[in-house]
Amino acid sequence: MDSLLMDTVAPADNAEPPASPWRGFAEGPWQQSIDVRDFILRTVTPYTGDSTFLSGPTERTRALWARITDLLAQERATKGGVLDADTDRVSGITAHPPGYIDRDLEIIVGLQTDKPLKRAIMPFGGWRLVKSGLEAYGFTASPALDAVFPNLRKTHNHGVFDVYTDEMLRCRKSGVITGLPDSYGRGRIIGDYRRVALYGVDRLTADKRAQFASLDLDRMDEATLRAREEITEQIRALADLVAMAASYGFDVTRPAATAQEAVQWTYLAYLAAVKESNGAAMSLGRVSSFLDVYIARDLADGRLDEAQAQELIDQFVIKLRLVRFLRTPEYDQLFSGDPTWVTECLGGMALDGRTLVTKSNFRMLNTLHNLGPAPEPNLTVLWSEQLPEGFKRFCVETSIKTCSLQYENDDLMRPYWGDDYAIACCVSAMRIGKQMQFFGARANLAKTLLYAINGGRDELTGEQIGPAFAPITADALTYDEVIARFVPMMEWLAKVYMNTLNAIHYMHDKYMYERLEMALHDRDILRTMACGVAGLSVVADSLSAIRHATVHVIRDARGLAVDYRIEGDYPAYGNNDPRVDDIAVWVVERFMALLRKQKAYRDAVPTQSVLTITSNVVYGKKTGSTPDGRKAGEPFAPGANPMHGRDRKGAIASMASVARLPYAHAQDGISYTFTIVPGALGPTPEERVANLIGMLDGYTAQGGHHINVNVFDRDTLIHAMDHPELYPQLTIRVSGYAVNFIKLTREQQLDVVSRTFHAGH
Amino acid sequence: MTVRGWVHSVESCGTVDGPGLRYVLFLAGCPLRCLYCHNPDTHHLHDGTPTDSGAVLADIARTAGFLTRAHGGVTLSGGEPLVQPEFSAAILRGCKGLGLHTALDTSGHLGLHADDHLLADTDLVLLDIKAFTEQTHRALTGAPLRPTLEFAERLAGLGKPVWLRYVLVPGLTDNEAEITALADFAAGLGVVERVDVLPFHKMGEAKWAALGLPYRLTDTQPPTAEQTARTRGLFRAAGLRAP
Repeated sequence: MDSLLMDTVAPADNAEPPASPWRGFAEGPWQQSIDVRDFILRTVTPYTGDSTFLSGPTERTRALWARITDLLAQERATKGGVLDADTDRVSGITAHPPGYIDRDLEIIVGLQTDKPLKRAIMPFGGWRLVKSGLEAYGFTASPALDAVFPNLRKTHNHGVFDVYTDEMLRCRKSGVITGLPDSYGRGRIIGDYRRVALYGVDRLTADKRAQFASLDLDRMDEATLRAREEITEQIRALADLVAMAASYGFDVTRPAATAQEAVQWTYLAYLAAVKESNGAAMSLGRVSSFLDVYIARDLADGRLDEAQAQELIDQFVIKLRLVRFLRTPEYDQLFSGDPTWVTECLGGMALDGRTLVTKSNFRMLNTLHNLGPAPEPNLTVLWSEQLPEGFKRFCVETSIKTCSLQYENDDLMRPYWGDDYAIACCVSAMRIGKQMQFFGARANLAKTLLYAINGGRDELTGEQIGPAFAPITADALTYDEVIARFVPMMEWLAKVYMNTLNAIHYMHDKYMYERLEMALHDRDILRTMACGVAGLSVVADSLSAIRHATVHVIRDARGLAVDYRIEGDYPAYGNNDPRVDDIAVWVVERFMALLRKQKAYRDAVPTQSVLTITSNVVYGKKTGSTPDGRKAGEPFAPGANPMHGRDRKGAIASMASVARLPYAHAQDGISYTFTIVPGALGPTPEERVANLIGMLDGYTAQGGHHINVNVFDRDTLIHAMDHPELYPQLTIRVSGYAVNFIKLTREQQLDVVSRTFHAGH
Repeated sequence: MTVRGWVHSVESCGTVDGPGLRYVLFLAGCPLRCLYCHNPDTHHLHDGTPTDSGAVLADIARTAGFLTRAHGGVTLSGGEPLVQPEFSAAILRGCKGLGLHTALDTSGHLGLHADDHLLADTDLVLLDIKAFTEQTHRALTGAPLRPTLEFAERLAGLGKPVWLRYVLVPGLTDNEAEITALADFAAGLGVVERVDVLPFHKMGEAKWAALGLPYRLTDTQPPTAEQTARTRGLFRAAGLRAP
């Protein structure tokens, strides 16, 4: 080719792509059927070296990021942190014309709306929520839409409230079940966005048509009809994706032929999902080792050099950092800091014993160095003791520097989910394209314990919420008496909780079906009913106090137990002490057993998480004093963490307690947030790295599931609270995700500051 | 066989008392009264909780997975662990049974309490030599230096690896001639693998106040980074590793 003919302004990818998109890839079953895993295992180049090959940001990336930095500053400066929002256009895959930040600087393109950081209206979850979301941030919804929703077009939220029982409403109001996705999108579905790059949409559509034909059965029952309707919707969504991509100048009907196209196709597929669905968690999956195959091919062919390879990933990540949804201040209370859970998984091992670490995993981590720390994408390392040392080191160095990573135990999950699973939201694993989760927020077990003591009456309002069992009237609580009431109270809760989730997901499928995401799934998938619990450490410590100390009940004039006086010491969860850790294990196993007794919508398999996001603050606020000595309104510990300040034997004892919780009975994930000051991690940088690797290996080996790692001083946070302008990118890990610290509410900031910092002796 | 001892506290994630991640068992009781002591709440046996060695070892066993993977082990500290030699020996023996690396953090003052069996179960001695003249040592700790030096020589004879620890206190232990003499002594032992120069800090002051004890270093400032670096240099000049 005459080099003079090459246009140096337009992105290089506009050059004619090579004829065969699959040239040079090892052949296999992936060519005959939709099987991305098979493709990866046959073509991936595992990388066992260190990080020295990496490149810094290109000038183009630097300039683009500078533009974004300005936009982000403007966004933060607005009231409520919403820069701009649609007021009259219902979002969809093709609703907006193409949007750009700066066409000369962007090598990966595509925005959710026509402008960066402008939030779209996605009203099918619930109109009221959209309306109040707009109003909260100073916008007014178009009256035209007011006429449509929900009168002409019913929403998910409307459907759910049409069927809720009085009991469900009571439980929702009292807060014994909270955070339910009954007025917002459930999320927790990961489309296999890689399929678009590997196969092109024509092939995927043909596959969907074959699925549709396969459901031409003699007897058309409800399940078959629903499946046929859903597949038809999926095919429509794929057509929309093609149209949206075409508006940006790309033909995604065919497979991606270059690394540039593979990244762009994958992103467009994801973009279509976030244009259409405002899910609580819109996770990306596990794309970087997949993309590495294309990048490695282009590097070998001389189409890319390392700086350009990094540029592709940097610019992809810049786009992921811009994903926004319109949410309400109430939502923010539960899930603070504007999270989107664009979770991307790195690392992990293949079932054949090879590592799935690739150079592009390094490149993905390198974005945190090139662009600075950020909460999104929610980078998740699938940790195994067998991971190559060079990768372990780079992960840990990045953690110490940026606090932007979480780790999940690949050795624990691989036997359950194979080697092509990803994490939805924070901690919840599933096979990509083969599974989805019905997100179920969580039940408040601490409050349930109080209901057991108070005969089903709420400890704050006195209202009868649960079944009217005989309350405990003795002055001091005895273990057997409490357990005899706690178990049936949990059983009641499990029943009403499951029924509530069934109502929610029935209506969600009906009114807010995730067409595009499901188009990137197999026909027959495994659904899990992802239940969850909050307040585990409060319950474990309360039961431990009742068993090992003397807990006196303080009742008010209504006869309600409203406070407790503890005489003596009790072993607290978080000290690696089996006397109480076994109680925590028992609670997890017992509640899971009760959930398994319930019938779940669409034959979903019940699972549970021990996870709170930032809702531990709200749960605590809605819960009276508990027998562990926690006072009414005080926050719970997040996720599976021990209560603040009660873990007195240091970080390893704390981790060992959490690691005891059985993943087999909490397959939706067990979240632990670990914060340590740099000095306590070791005297020298070299020792800090080695020690943190050792901790992660130890936690993994002892069966721990998830861990957020924060390395900083409390003083840094206190300073950031008072001088947020100095810390625009200060990122911290909270339960299951990362946030910009300065975007948390003051109350949540204080909660984080008050939590246990492991500082050594 | 289980032995009962007085345990002050546990730090399951120690990173400064020996190699890797350490389960640090702080034992109660100490014969010295160092002016800068940052754990004055461990001076007396009854500052601890009576605990069976079997219970301690069970607790250690539950974290063994971490300790081995993080290239660490168990460190006995205090207080002065050799105030309770039978208890210390039982813990060390049990740790070796668990396949764990063991370290003994001691001033060496009670070195005679450590019999050869105890030392055979000790992989590393963290030897705190507080000063290198009798006069300074007495002024600082209220006790003679000689037993510590004899213990150091015994460790050398046994070929036992030692990490020397030296707390640098301006005006008290910053005499360069004294430090150089200590460095030469340490180098001559042939078993000192590393020297940790620890800059004096006042984090223990609040504990003294809480115990109603007079803290006599209120006006002493921590050494500057240069002072600390220079002191490390003196040890390095003697051929020792002082990171």
